[in-house]
Amino acid sequence: MEVSSDYAVQMHGIVKTFGTFRALDGVDLDVHKQSIHAILGENGAGKSTLMNVLYGLLNADEGEVYLNGERVDIQNPQDAIKHGIGMVHQHFMLVENFTVTENIVLGEEICSTAGVLDMAGARKEVERIIDEYGLEVDPGAKIEDISVGMQQRVEILKALYRGCDTLILDEPTSVLTPQEITQLIKIMRELVEKGKTIIIITHKLKEIMESADKCTIIRRGKYMGTVDVSKSSEEELASKMVGRHVDLSVDKTPAKPGKVVLSVKDLHVKDARGIEQVCGLNLDVHAGEIVGLAGIDGNGQNEFIEALCGLTKSESGTVTVNDEEIQNKTPREIIDHKVSTIPADRQRFGLVLPFTVAENTVLERHNENKFGAGITLDYTRVREFANSLIKEFDIRPEDCMDHPVGGLSGGNQQKVIIARQVSSDPDLLIAVQPTRGLDVGAIEFVHNTLIRERDKGMAILLISLELDEVMDVADTIDVIHRGQIVGSFKQHTVSGEKVGLLMAGGGKHE
Amino acid sequence: MNSTVAKILKKPITSAILAIVIGFAVAAIILLLAGYDPGGSFAALFAGALSKPKYISNVIIKATPLLLCGISVAFAFRVGLFNIGAEGQYIVGTIAATIVGILVDLPAPLEIPLVICVGTLAGAGLGALIGWLKAKFGIHEVITSIMFNWIALYLCNYVVSLDIFHQPNSTGSYPIHESGFTMILPNWKTSDEGMAALSNIPWLREVMVKTDVNIGIIVAIAAAIFINWLLKRTKRGYEMRAVGLNADASRFSGINVQKNLVLCMLISGALSGLAGVLNITGISPHGIATIAAFENYGFNGLSVAFIAGCSPLGCIPASLLFAGLIYGGQTLQQVMGTPSEIINIMIGTIVFCMALGNVIPMLINRSEHKRATKMLAQESVRGGDTHVS
Amino acid sequence: MLANLLLCLSITLMYSTPLLFGALGGVLSERSGVTNIGIEGMMNIGAMAGVAGSFITGNPWMGFLWAGIAGGLVAVLHAIASVRFAGDQTISGVAINLIAPGLALFWCRRLFDGAAMSKPITTLPKVFDTTQFGDSALASLDIDITVILGLIATLVLWFVLYRTKLGLHIRAVGEHPEAAETFGINVFHIRYSCVIASGVLAGLGGASVTLAIISQYTQTAISGQGFIALAAVIFGKWTPQGAYGACLLFGFTQALAIMLGGGNSIVPSQILAMLPYIMTIIVLVFFVGRSVAPKADGVPYVESK
Repeated sequence: MEVSSDYAVQMHGIVKTFGTFRALDGVDLDVHKQSIHAILGENGAGKSTLMNVLYGLLNADEGEVYLNGERVDIQNPQDAIKHGIGMVHQHFMLVENFTVTENIVLGEEICSTAGVLDMAGARKEVERIIDEYGLEVDPGAKIEDISVGMQQRVEILKALYRGCDTLILDEPTSVLTPQEITQLIKIMRELVEKGKTIIIITHKLKEIMESADKCTIIRRGKYMGTVDVSKSSEEELASKMVGRHVDLSVDKTPAKPGKVVLSVKDLHVKDARGIEQVCGLNLDVHAGEIVGLAGIDGNGQNEFIEALCGLTKSESGTVTVNDEEIQNKTPREIIDHKVSTIPADRQRFGLVLPFTVAENTVLERHNENKFGAGITLDYTRVREFANSLIKEFDIRPEDCMDHPVGGLSGGNQQKVIIARQVSSDPDLLIAVQPTRGLDVGAIEFVHNTLIRERDKGMAILLISLELDEVMDVADTIDVIHRGQIVGSFKQHTVSGEKVGLLMAGGGKHE
Repeated sequence: MNSTVAKILKKPITSAILAIVIGFAVAAIILLLAGYDPGGSFAALFAGALSKPKYISNVIIKATPLLLCGISVAFAFRVGLFNIGAEGQYIVGTIAATIVGILVDLPAPLEIPLVICVGTLAGAGLGALIGWLKAKFGIHEVITSIMFNWIALYLCNYVVSLDIFHQPNSTGSYPIHESGFTMILPNWKTSDEGMAALSNIPWLREVMVKTDVNIGIIVAIAAAIFINWLLKRTKRGYEMRAVGLNADASRFSGINVQKNLVLCMLISGALSGLAGVLNITGISPHGIATIAAFENYGFNGLSVAFIAGCSPLGCIPASLLFAGLIYGGQTLQQVMGTPSEIINIMIGTIVFCMALGNVIPMLINRSEHKRATKMLAQESVRGGDTHVS
Repeated sequence: MLANLLLCLSITLMYSTPLLFGALGGVLSERSGVTNIGIEGMMNIGAMAGVAGSFITGNPWMGFLWAGIAGGLVAVLHAIASVRFAGDQTISGVAINLIAPGLALFWCRRLFDGAAMSKPITTLPKVFDTTQFGDSALASLDIDITVILGLIATLVLWFVLYRTKLGLHIRAVGEHPEAAETFGINVFHIRYSCVIASGVLAGLGGASVTLAIISQYTQTAISGQGFIALAAVIFGKWTPQGAYGACLLFGFTQALAIMLGGGNSIVPSQILAMLPYIMTIIVLVFFVGRSVAPKADGVPYVESK
């Protein structure tokens, strides 16, 4: 494209390497002023890298950037902000125990004399911007106390406070309900009407179709083209993104549920601050069934999972597995009752990153006689076991056994965890956000694994913030709101809109 | 640079050796600037540690408590705990050993194990207490350790002051009963036949008669081997390493983190306590004395552990190096007029370099990256498979 | 009775002041995300530098200045290791505790003909000088000017941390350096500054021992105060006011031990000496609970460019 002032942002020939890995290989981007422009690609394709270059968090090895037709050199986020570019990160860059106001003004504080903060003035300014753009949030609340959707608004307000003209949103919808997504799209359109330009990084085809004007596709660091969204389709976008024809539906036979494996009755759990988050929850999972728990983040899922795993105490209620009560037992005892969990935060709870892949495969089972008699740990047997898992689950690279698991890609790390949890042959598998951060191929693998185990008779509880995943994979969909199950439906008998409504607390009286 | 050199430079032991070289270099520079003779000083240092058999023997004897305290700290560090309380655990080991050694008089085959057990248990108990306070109340082990170090110091002085233990006209306690000594053949070596037998082997005679040769070093080395085996080859060691590297994941996978922390501090305390015991049973005056300040066995254990890269086996050469430097350094003042503090500065510099431990691998990775990007820029790029590792 | 109270107060303030400077240094450093185990060593070099300055120039205030500079210079070492090279902050701190006292004693021997303790030097003035206040009760409140300086330092640090832009930046860096970086805050600059400033404060703490309490430098002038200061930081939950309270508490228990021990008492002096430390643990167990450090404390920050 010609360099011209019709375009808010133009990036030509961007190259960025990390060591021997070429993350961006001559990528172009041309964004019209006052438009919503999507950048589509799989995880690891390079979309975030491209935007990090634009925002000055990374420096490109080659290529030029033009803003409004003029060449610019952006070295760091301060430069980017000066040029009117704002960014809302996928993983929020907020200081948890500061207030909303403090986070918004950090770095551009309003001061009275010589560096003394004027927090009253700051608050007034923040309130003004909240009113102007209609982004409702409590300026005095601490970040750790507000919901994820609210935190995202704070991120947007940060950019607006600094007077940005171009706003980059990095995977903004991964934590939102259908209603909140609609709301966000509305906000984006309003911002565009007020003269802003929006670039949205995403791998969600539906949202691109609903909100974007144009879409640039990147695959493995290479520029694949820019399409006019109104003239395209989800299938076309998907195949450009992946490079082959993609079947977007999940293939599965109907479930054949057996006896009840997990039974939760009237469970009450408080959070770390003593506030009740699980408020009388009832849920059953049968053998050979996948129950999907749909809900907005912050409605008790975390406390529920922690109670199931034995990390938190419950106040009252029962949790039984195979007719034996496990509530308030230790994690060890629960695991011994043949319950296995795939944690949401794989690096924090699922793996010991400096340990080798082999050592990680026995993390829950190191005390078994299978891996050594008495007090010693027989590393030969551990490695044999690890080898079998690597082969069965196609963990790459194949010779990774003695390397630290921290060196594997996100998808392969998740495979290690899934391999470990599934191979212990549990009666109940709890899968929390199992496909977060994974690309299409890995997501396909995870879903197929879950369905395969279900067919073998495993009871599976799938807890995910991605509504599509729950709707596609689960046999039964339970909706959680304010710590209770507010609806339970068999797959294909309910619409996404209805579920979204229940997730947000509406539509219960039908 | 070629890749075998790069590989060698990335090994942890290279960092240690480089650290030692830099330590000497910095000391030399400071000495030069201050007008002292570095060459002569280093020569005196080596002579003071290695030139006579009795010197070497003393270095080994001095290394013993350092080795045990070093293992104690290194082990705790591997499990994610900073045992700055090794000093206090050492002291209670000495106190318990002295009390039992004075009050109880059994024949040697019973007395020695008893004294050793009691002292080790004392250290273990203090360690476990610190671990328990952390597990139960969340109190940082650094604060409680520091507090207990001082409590132990004053407890030592108190015990010495009690009439049952206080040796009149001295600042110390009575020595423990001879049956508790862990010295090697203390009576034989000074007897007539002993002296006769030794007179044929002058170096052995010098070592036996002029120094407090004892079995401590053997016990210490055995402890190093044991702890190394514990960490690397047992299920408990696997759990402890997991806890030290990621307590959240450990808890999630069913490991009892609290129990492991307390157990770790217990073992760590036991090792430091054992160091104390062996110093009482092995070296004269075989008793405790009123102390105005810490003797620093425990604190020096920190340095030993860090120089060893927190590897239990690595503590063996590290403790010998440390002991050699301290012992050889004592003569510097007399022989060369060089202040002995230069040794502390040298050791501090070595430890400091160990803190930068990952710098060299980092620098090598950076130069490898530069080389790779150059190569890639020269290749023409086709839609090839770029591996996502 | 009044005399006893005043005596108790003076001893409390006397003991707590060096600790306070060290603890304030610790708070500042750790708030920006760098653990500083080396406070003990920095206090030591400050103690010697203070004496050197006073001895050479004859002016104790020059000595006080030199002490701060010495502490700051040593802290530069720690800063380079911890910030620039993302090294292990604990190990670096331990190394400082070996190097700095060694340097201090080396210097002492050079300056005072090989002796391990300095000659007596001109000290900092007292607050309630007997020449001005004569026989009044105030005169028996024997406190040095450093006590007032410590109080001022606490207030200043509190104000900076919680009421200024700089303080907000420092706290942000200590909690979430990646986020701070995206706000345009230079994490390295902030951490360097805070570590060096903590060294300056620790140095001043050392000087407040040798230029005020014992009036000379000895090998045992600083023996453990740096570690107690570290404990005070944790005890005080990483706030300046908390550190102040912790140091006062510690000084108070020391004062109690001394006053109970004077003359004939049933409790042996060594047991009394243990009192401050035992009390600290008891207070921790029953009143303080879990201390939560700044989130990024002790975690080296590696820039990704």
